Amino acid sequence: MSSPVDTSPGTGSGPTRKLPTRRGTELLMLAFATVIITFALMLVDANQGQELTLSIVWYGLSYLGVFTVAHVAVRYFAPYADPLILPCVALLNGIGLVMIYRIDLASAERAAQQDIAFTPDAPRQVVWTVIALALFLAVLVLIKDHRTLTRYAYTCGLLGFFALALPGLLPASVSEVNGAKVWVRIGPLGLQPGEFAKILLLIFFAAFLVSKRDLFMSAGKRVLGIEWPRPRDLGPIVLATGAALAIFVLLKDLGQALLLFGMVLMLIYVATERAIWIFVGLVPFAAGCVIAYNLFTHVQQRTRNWLDPLATYDEPGGGYQNAQALFGLGTGGVAGTGLGAGRPEMVPLSKTDFIAAAIGEEIGFIGLASVLMVYLILAMRGMRGALAVRDTFGKLLGGGLAFAITMQVFVVVGGVTSLIPMTGMTAPFLSYGGSSLLANYILVALLLRISDAARRPQQGGRPRGEQQKTPLSDTGTVLVERPS
Amino acid sequence: MNTPLRRVGIAMLAMIVLVLAHATYIQVFKADEYRADQRNQRVLLDEYSRERGQIVSQFDGQVLAHGEPTSGRLQYLRRYSEGPMYAPVTGYYSWRYGSAGLERARNDILSGNDARLFVRRLSDMITGRDPRGGHVQVTIDPNVQRTAYETMTDRDFTGAVVALKPDTGEILGMVSTPSYDPNALATHDGEAQEEAWTAMSEDPSKPMSNRAIRETYAPGSTFKLVTTAAALEDGATPDTEVTSASSITLPNTQTQLQNFGGQTCPGSTLEDALAYSCNTAFAELAGELGASTLRSTAENFGIGKSDLDIPMRVAMSSVGQLSDEASLYQSGIGQRDVRLTPLQVAQLAATVANDGTAMRPQLVKSLLAPDLSTISDYSDDELTGEPALSEENAEILRDMMIESEENTAGGGKRDDLTIASKTGTAEHGADPKNTPPHAWYTAFAPADDPEVAVAVLVESGGDRGLAATGGSVAAEIGRMTIDSALRGQSE
Repeated sequence: MSSPVDTSPGTGSGPTRKLPTRRGTELLMLAFATVIITFALMLVDANQGQELTLSIVWYGLSYLGVFTVAHVAVRYFAPYADPLILPCVALLNGIGLVMIYRIDLASAERAAQQDIAFTPDAPRQVVWTVIALALFLAVLVLIKDHRTLTRYAYTCGLLGFFALALPGLLPASVSEVNGAKVWVRIGPLGLQPGEFAKILLLIFFAAFLVSKRDLFMSAGKRVLGIEWPRPRDLGPIVLATGAALAIFVLLKDLGQALLLFGMVLMLIYVATERAIWIFVGLVPFAAGCVIAYNLFTHVQQRTRNWLDPLATYDEPGGGYQNAQALFGLGTGGVAGTGLGAGRPEMVPLSKTDFIAAAIGEEIGFIGLASVLMVYLILAMRGMRGALAVRDTFGKLLGGGLAFAITMQVFVVVGGVTSLIPMTGMTAPFLSYGGSSLLANYILVALLLRISDAARRPQQGGRPRGEQQKTPLSDTGTVLVERPS
Repeated sequence: MNTPLRRVGIAMLAMIVLVLAHATYIQVFKADEYRADQRNQRVLLDEYSRERGQIVSQFDGQVLAHGEPTSGRLQYLRRYSEGPMYAPVTGYYSWRYGSAGLERARNDILSGNDARLFVRRLSDMITGRDPRGGHVQVTIDPNVQRTAYETMTDRDFTGAVVALKPDTGEILGMVSTPSYDPNALATHDGEAQEEAWTAMSEDPSKPMSNRAIRETYAPGSTFKLVTTAAALEDGATPDTEVTSASSITLPNTQTQLQNFGGQTCPGSTLEDALAYSCNTAFAELAGELGASTLRSTAENFGIGKSDLDIPMRVAMSSVGQLSDEASLYQSGIGQRDVRLTPLQVAQLAATVANDGTAMRPQLVKSLLAPDLSTISDYSDDELTGEPALSEENAEILRDMMIESEENTAGGGKRDDLTIASKTGTAEHGADPKNTPPHAWYTAFAPADDPEVAVAVLVESGGDRGLAATGGSVAAEIGRMTIDSALRGQSE
């Protein structure tokens, strides 16, 4: 099935032919993204009655500078990586920064009127961005080949589960903020380990499924027309998913639970190539939904908020947030109120979970659709790398990472627009928050690593050894071509 | 394993498309609903961040309402000078409770949202000036308004006064008492606002009701102007013989209809009947004229118009069903189901004063742009398109009203001024004989060259209780209002 993609780069990878790295395109697109962001910042300042000074240009240039460092790193450490991934990230991150700065201005004004001290979040987000880019570099430098990750699969899995459970184990004073027990706070520094857990677990599941893939594919009894794998092979994955979901439900973090479940289901489907697994997975999911609905009042409340946020507007924990988001989106309409000319600060959590409402209000449906398109390009580019990469683990991991981005966007933007019930989740790269930013930059570094591996010409003696290391995908190609 | 990966890719595409489709639904199809939701304060905040236009009088440019810059989140505080006096005109503009009066009816201009201000807003935007609202110039004469309001409140009367310019329909004064202070609702202190709102809306004297245009009352004998006009148009003259009996029996009933105080009418002509306000004569007259004649004359005075905006919506005045002869008799003297607004009663006098033609009443003189250039001017317009009575008959009716004024008691008369008037003392309530009547006075002056027409309503007898009459309670207020109007304009 996968033969054309798998074999063509291999055959064309003679030492004489040099593939274009397309790093120039990347730099150009980065500059383009910076121009858009600088212009957006200018609009915010103009509409907010701030003095327009040359400093905006300096902000723009330093933003470009920071990303140029990342670009240079990619040039050295992943020269064949996809040229659109980094610019997409830069654009999203920049739009997020502009929106956070814009909401800062509004909050500062309000705080000044009420004589409350106010610290802006935008500078902190800038610092987080720089730290995240440093982490991004570290991942590119340290992980020269994504396949080395398989060696640490079980370590990743353990770490992942530990990170998930950690806030639940710690006392509420260090782990609970606004009712969600997902934090680890040491002094002024706060991290949400769950954000990192999702990547660690993705690595674990991908590696696990690759190593057990043949068992899933062949062994097992045939019952009801489905070939069931042996329980002892399936056991770990069911256990892992169940444990993760239990932790999430205990932490009241529905969004992450949904994300993790979606990812595991997707990985199993891709690994086994059997759609039936999706349905098999959806049955316990549906049951889980029903149980959660009957068990937790906050799930019922959220469902009612979703069905009609305007009706539950005045209830405690009611549809107020959703309704405010809808008001903002509605007021923005098609073209938006203009950057800096709306009132996105009226939506609670407008810098984090509801940043999509702020974008929809100020740059309208056009702006929100554009942002979604950038996400789609980012995810599709990641998926392209996964399709083109030669090894199974790379495919699973790349596909999983790309899917994770889309799934997050779906859950958070869908929640903000009341397409699905609202679950607390941040919009990747846009939302304010260090953990989300750090985790997502790691995710992107891995995507770049995989897309680099996909296009990198294979050299001399090394590929031979590599190919022997990935026997599963190779045997697959032979099997397909045999009937002709 | 690329096939399932591609399928996952398609699923990802589908997820984004689904979100996009839903965003389209929210931001395109449902946008107006969300924008207009009263809990969405964005539109209101935008209004508050713009300098709202002023409401000014056409005389001396006196400012009735203006926006005062504040340091708060709502950038402008609405201030009303002499709030209670002008409340029936300006209405209020409240953060929590919306708006009323001109604030509501001309909100587009005042807030700057009106399409006619768009070009100016655009130029404001380019020149970097904050967009501002336009101004509304009202027809109110501050002298008239003050006199009417103070004479009413000095006496603690509940009721309304309306003064009109007969030839244009401009409203010179519109007073409703007791009144309320719109400043209390405009304050940015939410709690104070709520307190004021609760107090005013629960007050049994209904201070927030604009009695001049939003409430209807039995007009009593002032309605005899309509009956007389109908009779004159029907061919009667002031010398037409009418009954002078002290009481008559309503057709097909045992009910007696009496003259005021059970007296016999001092004369037996139509002129005498109006001068002494003889009920029996007008009851019979209405019966002779018939329902359709009476109704059509009433309609030409503006009664029964359901869509009158000044620009606030005026409650519909009505003569009622006139279903049988007995009710026709009673309606002829302004009882039964006849219900008029004080504005409509003023319109009765104004119509006679304007040679029989009713003019459309109007509170707004002109709309001004923020830079005071005129956007639109009010132009006079006939109210019904058909005169209520001919010029000659209007003159006859005027002379009859002068006669009536001479027979009317009450203070405030001026020797050098001829007033044409009609009083009314309207029974109402479940037990009309033991409920203090509504006292009415409607008049215009000077009789030979009318400049102002007024109507005064004092609810439930004012300070005289059961003994109240239009002459003893309402006439003086009307005369003082006329006086202030004539004096103010001669200056």
